[in-house]
Amino acid sequence: MNAPRELVIIGAGPAGMAAASTAAGLGVDTLVLDQQPAPGGQIFRGIGQAGPAHLELLGSDYQAGTERVASFVHSSADYQPDTAVWSLGADGELGILQRGEARMISARRVVIAGGAMERPIPFPGWTLPGVMNAGGAQVLMKSSRLVPLDGVVIAGSGPLLILLAWQYMRAGVAVQAVLELAPRKNLWRAGLRLPAALRAGHYLTRGLGYLLALRRAGIRVTYGVSDLKAVGNDRLEAVTFRTGGREQSLETGNLLVHFGLVPGIQLTEAAGCRHQWNDGQQCWRPQTDAWGNSSVDGIAVVGDGAAIGGAVAAVHAGCLAGLEAARALEHIDAAERDRLAVNDRQWLQNDLRIRPFLESLHRLPETLLSGTADDTLVCRCEEITAGEVRAAVRAGHRDPNQVKFITRCGMGPCQGRQCGQAVANIVAAACDRPVSEVVPFRVRPPLRPVSIGELSMLESGNNTA
Amino acid sequence: MFRRLQTHQGKVVTVCVEGNDVRVPAGDSVAAVMLAMDLLPTRTTAVSGAPRAPLCMMGVCFECLIEIDGVANQLACQVQVSEGMRIRRQHGAGDPAS
Ligand SMILES: Cc1cc2nc3c(=O)[nH]c(=O)nc-3n(C[C@H](O)[C@H](O)[C@H](O)COP(=O)(O)OP(=O)(O)OC[C@H]3O[C@@H](n4cnc5c(N)ncnc54)[C@H](O)[C@@H]3O)c2cc1C
Ligand code: FES
Repeated sequence: MNAPRELVIIGAGPAGMAAASTAAGLGVDTLVLDQQPAPGGQIFRGIGQAGPAHLELLGSDYQAGTERVASFVHSSADYQPDTAVWSLGADGELGILQRGEARMISARRVVIAGGAMERPIPFPGWTLPGVMNAGGAQVLMKSSRLVPLDGVVIAGSGPLLILLAWQYMRAGVAVQAVLELAPRKNLWRAGLRLPAALRAGHYLTRGLGYLLALRRAGIRVTYGVSDLKAVGNDRLEAVTFRTGGREQSLETGNLLVHFGLVPGIQLTEAAGCRHQWNDGQQCWRPQTDAWGNSSVDGIAVVGDGAAIGGAVAAVHAGCLAGLEAARALEHIDAAERDRLAVNDRQWLQNDLRIRPFLESLHRLPETLLSGTADDTLVCRCEEITAGEVRAAVRAGHRDPNQVKFITRCGMGPCQGRQCGQAVANIVAAACDRPVSEVVPFRVRPPLRPVSIGELSMLESGNNTA
Repeated sequence: MFRRLQTHQGKVVTVCVEGNDVRVPAGDSVAAVMLAMDLLPTRTTAVSGAPRAPLCMMGVCFECLIEIDGVANQLACQVQVSEGMRIRRQHGAGDPAS
């Protein structure tokens, strides 16, 4: 193993790029690792190859990425793409996989900026080819200019639904319907949070602009939808749902679903960081202080991987974590850190004012979180149904980790990333306990399958797992 | 089904998909190639043989498992195409002999 780096940052999205530029700019020896082939994170996927027409099509939020990526690339941070981190210890030791070779490296300080993933919500038919995550389909558009050929239904809840519909509309895609599955009563709750949200009003104006443009184009956004089902044999043929008391059906070959984002907590779990339930966002998050420091000394976590705040908040939080790293590594003192942090702290606070409004507007009902029908698959890998999870609870296994052990639910290749939250919700509901009191799946490295061939490159004695 | 927005003008590479040579944009992931060619399902499951296709496109769902250059269980959404790459749909756990 080589000498430890001063700072290793996991993730080259908005948060990681900002942390890296800041820390490197203050003289910190900074290494940035990302499993993607190019910097930018989820929001700016494919931005390096995007021509002017593509940039124009995807809108102003995406265009902002050009500058962000350029300033990161010009910083003195050492950036290594195509590098996946598959283990992280509390001591700052990382297992990385690069060009088919597994290696261990170590860092005096680690900033996790791994971002979020789309919240998996099991519903009947969600495993059929033709059903994809909306953000995933958006990746196809950003990176490969692929859009649905003949019609698409977009369903779920969250700002991304409307954004994607708007982008597709501009690309000439036939958007058959946008189905909002959050209950109508959310509007009242969100209304109470509107005054505070007005202070980050540009988000509201933009969202309303997208909605108006969709309406003008005759694209239907239906609210108060329930009972979403994907129907088909080997492939999606139709989408059925209920609205206004009536069952409806739409023939389509593409259903794109999105139920908001949740922090990816694999790395923080592996490192032993403390987590807490975030009721506003209906998910777990690693505990952090104002600088992004986790409960484990020397490990910080920022951006959507800490709590969903969006790309702009991720940048400011990244800058703060970069400053804190420079302080902890003694490149600057605390007074200097505080002085340099003033603007980012203020901007971060301002930007986050929109969140309580969005969270109450898109708050998911218990029917979606824990009400999955008994015959619906919860674990896509091991093919375990919601009914089997409930049966395990009835048999006395009143904890997700016991359910996992008994049913194999969560033991497949995705290691519970897709079913973990659903299982926690179902177990909590079956035990009549709040989900915040349930212990989620424990995470063990390797965080992604590493083959024997890949591991053979590890020097003996460096095995952390 | 998916279609490309503009005709691609950048670099292309030739890959072999299910035994047929095709020219694809150099920046594509293997999953993008399969979706562009509408080769769904991209795999069947090991447990019940059910059809599956890429879901998340960001390396977290493991639904896009596929055989690349004879090695099964690769993440199609995380691997970029390269000249001469051989791509095959995966049936069940993947044939270790292939
Ligand atoms: C699929 C998807 C689409 C989205 N689309 C939009 C959009 O169009 N507009 C919008 O405003 N917001 C969008 N968002 C939300 C937006 O991505 C985030 O708000 C923002 O990017 C957060 O920045 P970040 O730096 O925290 O994380 P990210 O941008 O997610 O960056 C995290 C980076 O870490 C890397 N990483 C994670 N784990 C590892 C590991 N173990 N090893 C190596 N690298 C790792 C990832 O490859 C990624 O590049 C989207 C989110 C998702 C998941
Ligand atoms: S599509 Fe989800 S891991 Fe590849």
